[in-house]
Amino acid sequence: MPTVIFIEPDGTEFPIAVKSGTTARDAAVNNGVPGIDGDCGGECACATCHVHVDAAWIDRTGMAEPGGMEDNLLQFAEGSTENSRLACQIAMTDDLDGLTLRIPDGQH
Amino acid sequence: MTTDTLVRDPVSRIPLSQMDVSDPKLFQNDTIGSYFARLRREDPVHYCRESAYGPYWSITKFNDIMQVEVNHQTFSSEAKIGGIAIQDMQTGESALELEMFIAMDPPKHDAQRKAVSPAVAPSNLVLLEPIIRERAGLILDSLPIGEEIDWVDTVSVELTTMTLATLFDFPWEERRRLTRWSDVATATPETGVVSSFEQRREELLECAYYFKDLWDKRINEPPKSDLISMMAHSPATRDMPFLEFLGNLMLLIVGGNDTTRNSISGGVLALNQNPAEYRKLMADPGLIPKMIPEIIRWQTPLTHMRRTALMDAEICGKKVRKGDKVVMWYISGNRDEEVIDRPDEFIIDRQNSRHHLSFGFGVHRCMGNRVAELQLRIVWEEILKRFSKVEVVGAPERTLSNFIHGFTRLPVKLYAH
Repeated sequence: MPTVIFIEPDGTEFPIAVKSGTTARDAAVNNGVPGIDGDCGGECACATCHVHVDAAWIDRTGMAEPGGMEDNLLQFAEGSTENSRLACQIAMTDDLDGLTLRIPDGQH
Repeated sequence: MTTDTLVRDPVSRIPLSQMDVSDPKLFQNDTIGSYFARLRREDPVHYCRESAYGPYWSITKFNDIMQVEVNHQTFSSEAKIGGIAIQDMQTGESALELEMFIAMDPPKHDAQRKAVSPAVAPSNLVLLEPIIRERAGLILDSLPIGEEIDWVDTVSVELTTMTLATLFDFPWEERRRLTRWSDVATATPETGVVSSFEQRREELLECAYYFKDLWDKRINEPPKSDLISMMAHSPATRDMPFLEFLGNLMLLIVGGNDTTRNSISGGVLALNQNPAEYRKLMADPGLIPKMIPEIIRWQTPLTHMRRTALMDAEICGKKVRKGDKVVMWYISGNRDEEVIDRPDEFIIDRQNSRHHLSFGFGVHRCMGNRVAELQLRIVWEEILKRFSKVEVVGAPERTLSNFIHGFTRLPVKLYAH
């Protein structure tokens, strides 16, 4: 089971082990990680699961496809950077074991 | 439902081809729910051939609405081909052709939204929270105990107007002008708010010039965290053409006014209709953050958004043609039993309560959703500190509109702790 680690703006870490194929959004919502609301249900339609992928991991997760819906939504998310992704669009795999995702400051 | 009730239910006797859910009276007399329940059951993507607004499609199920909403390449919000409501946007001489990003498609939509959205982003709201809370407290402290009052006017309108005035740093004594402009912006002559489109145009221009004055003052002062100052100083917005400035202002005024106003009233009514939930809330005020999205789902303060098909498309097996008007009824999707467990019940600690359609989805998702939630949370926290009960003591009067789902009057009595 790969582990995804969410880090709150204050440094608190939430390591969560999930089955391969589970999205990082589902991992966060099912475990009550503050700041990841996931309002649309994981459909890439609301941007309430915005995260910053740790620089060491961005090559493995990849970036949002330019011009796609994820990229569109990220433009309007507060604190969006080039390492921004929607957690619902990252499916966990063994290759992503240890993936570190930071919750943007101010995302309640 | 038993066969017996189906026979007696007048909605079930209307031929499907004649079902027209656009009649504002059905919303005012609160009978619209059974119309949508039937459409969800029998014809979830429904074509109405004739209505006061011309032919239109009704999308009534949660997931179908979401699919239309995220497909902005096919389903357009553009004002020039109709805009975002079942009633086409006004064009021609008497209309003021306001440019607002809610009624634009990408890429123009994107640039404008990006320029304005920092004002309502959580990091800016943190600065406003103490002011909103203090002002909410003052309003609630001024209310009489044990006397009948109209909750809509004395609390809901006052609170949302006050928050809007705070967001704009609008002259405090004149804040009710914001309420008036908000009402005028969504009004048509038949609602009685204005007597003609010309009157509407004049009042909105007055609004524009009032804000232009504020803008001119703020641009010469150091930057502050209010919306006008932010727009005046931001490189992305400071050179905005006048009608675009006015359009986006009206969008912020209407978006921040009618909607939250009616969710504040709707919450009071829902808790009164569900006394066990009210008791649960009183026993545990910690449930407020969970209750807020449930209130917003329950009320669904905007009944729908509309799109126009830019090309032929298929929704749930139905063939929608290029140019067709497609109405996404949030108020129906928010009662869709396939997605929401026990949708007709108001449950303040509902699991997954944030999964509702009231804010829309996709690139047009409500920009002010955090302001709305913040305001509702503050209001309920401050109400619970002061009153053991806000009791509804008479029938609510509802707005005559198929777009704004709200109240014009809600008589209540307050009880102190």
